[in-house]
Amino acid sequence: MSSEVLLEVHEVSKRFRVQGRDLHAVEKVSFQLQRGQTFGLVGESGSGKSTLGRLVLKLLEATEGRIVYQGKDITRFTQKQMRPLRQEMQIIFQDPMASMSPRMTIGMAIEDAMIIHRIGTKEERQKRVDELLERVGLPREVKWAYPHELSGGQLQRVGIARALSLRPKLVICDEPISALDVSIQVQVIQLLRELQQDYDLTYIFISHNLAVVEYLSDVVAVLYLGEVVEQAPAEELFSRPTHPYTQVLIQSILKMPRSLEERQVLTPIQGEIPSPFDPPKGCPFHPRCPMAVDRCRTTKPERRLIGPNHAVACHLAT
Amino acid sequence: MAIAVSQPQAPARRARRNSPMYRAWQRYRKNWFAVAGLIWVIIFFIIGIIGPWIAPYSYTYADFLHMHSGPSWQHWFGTDTVGYDVFSQILYSIRYALEIALGATCVSFLIGVILGLWAGLAGGLIDIIVMRAVDFMFALPSFFFALILMVLLGKGIFPMILAIGVPGWAGYARLIRSLVLAMRNGEMVEAARALGASQWHIARKYMFPNVMGSMVVSLAFGIPYDLTAQAGLSIVGMGLNPPMPSFGNMLAQAGANILGFPWLLYFPAGVFAITLLSFLFVADGLQEAFNPKGGV
Repeated sequence: MSSEVLLEVHEVSKRFRVQGRDLHAVEKVSFQLQRGQTFGLVGESGSGKSTLGRLVLKLLEATEGRIVYQGKDITRFTQKQMRPLRQEMQIIFQDPMASMSPRMTIGMAIEDAMIIHRIGTKEERQKRVDELLERVGLPREVKWAYPHELSGGQLQRVGIARALSLRPKLVICDEPISALDVSIQVQVIQLLRELQQDYDLTYIFISHNLAVVEYLSDVVAVLYLGEVVEQAPAEELFSRPTHPYTQVLIQSILKMPRSLEERQVLTPIQGEIPSPFDPPKGCPFHPRCPMAVDRCRTTKPERRLIGPNHAVACHLAT
Repeated sequence: MAIAVSQPQAPARRARRNSPMYRAWQRYRKNWFAVAGLIWVIIFFIIGIIGPWIAPYSYTYADFLHMHSGPSWQHWFGTDTVGYDVFSQILYSIRYALEIALGATCVSFLIGVILGLWAGLAGGLIDIIVMRAVDFMFALPSFFFALILMVLLGKGIFPMILAIGVPGWAGYARLIRSLVLAMRNGEMVEAARALGASQWHIARKYMFPNVMGSMVVSLAFGIPYDLTAQAGLSIVGMGLNPPMPSFGNMLAQAGANILGFPWLLYFPAGVFAITLLSFLFVADGLQEAFNPKGGV
């Protein structure tokens, strides 16, 4: 694995103005992504993980911060300037059905990506569609089908094929498996993994499924209310979770017990995620934190390193 | 696997059979009323075009010897109080009725699409202004509006097209705006943007094919509405001047003579009613056919 930095996100924030109030979707998130790596983003719904993915792709404009792609600062790029770059950065959506036009055949949908970037002649594009479908494990006839004729798993493979058609370097997987049946989830994960190795892809893998993130990611960031509360290499994070939020998240993963005696004690997280309109003072997690002390309610913990590459935002972490 | 691969030799044909358009036609065909309506609408259009040539009499020819005569071989639908042949009058009326209704629908649609697109895409203040204008148009009876415009513009075919068409834009504008809004923030458009598609490409290849169905349906409902408005204006005396034949004029005259010469009412009213119903059946059928959740 080369150590070439592909993407650098520096103190990026996104606030939405909703009816005169500021919604803090993403707050000062920073990370670096090396080529060929997978960066896992976990968090509950509403934690800003999808927003962050869209900020990187510039489908949304960041309010603050810098996004540097291959040494180019793309933060202030216009949509027009972004267009050529879009070949290199693609996205796989959670709901493949919603992301496709019901009036285009699968073949047309994949080909359209290449048409947009004026790649190849019609025959070449058709050939490429066939190759791509085969690569993602679909029969060639799917090309003539309409989205409504395919199952969720098949459609997600089409979504992957469409993203790959432009030979991207960076692929953002926005909960690509959470809408699929469990049996198909595994197949899609395997596929994503194979493709990463074959094409030297860099992933940002967004999910609320911790087990999947653990399996796929090199580095994991845990988002809470738009802030990274803990970020570490995957092994480190899952073996030594330091932030109380990460700890409860990991404890709430359901595992198959080997026997009835081993049945897991589930510890649900107390309460709901607070409103992103007015995040709590002090540590954003303190209202739900089992270990909160007075300091957590008044001062916001800064992110600090507690080990090599292991950053955490908690007063109590050591 | 959800895909049947029984005919690999002709996959292109299979695609056509499964295209949304083809499936819409399949659904349409199953609706007998809609098919019957479509046939009548087609006949109606043909008559609108060739009516003047197949009419046995000119609409200005008054048969003084056979005034108020009932249906006969000479005058199929009878003659009216001045001896005009009712059958010929109907044939001519169809042409003018269609001209005005189609013209007015186009005018409404054009204004509606432009304003709706503008409101939906620009958003903000423009959206607010356009939508308040829509509310205003809905609050006023559009027939009243048409009457005022007729007074301002004077009589004739072209003024009528404008008088009926201009006040009718609000419904289209609202529909287009809501369609645009729903799609603009939708995942399909976002996906297309992520692929690097330009605004124009998105509008042409993603948005337009997906709103076409709804637009056709709303147009199909608009035409019978404008047909009624056109007859209504004539009935209150603000339409085409006699002897220009129109359904409204005939119906107004028939109403005055209902006791003595009922055929004056039966034939024009019958043809007009069947026509309106046919257009509505067609519109209904189209709506069912284009409903994306309408099954197979």
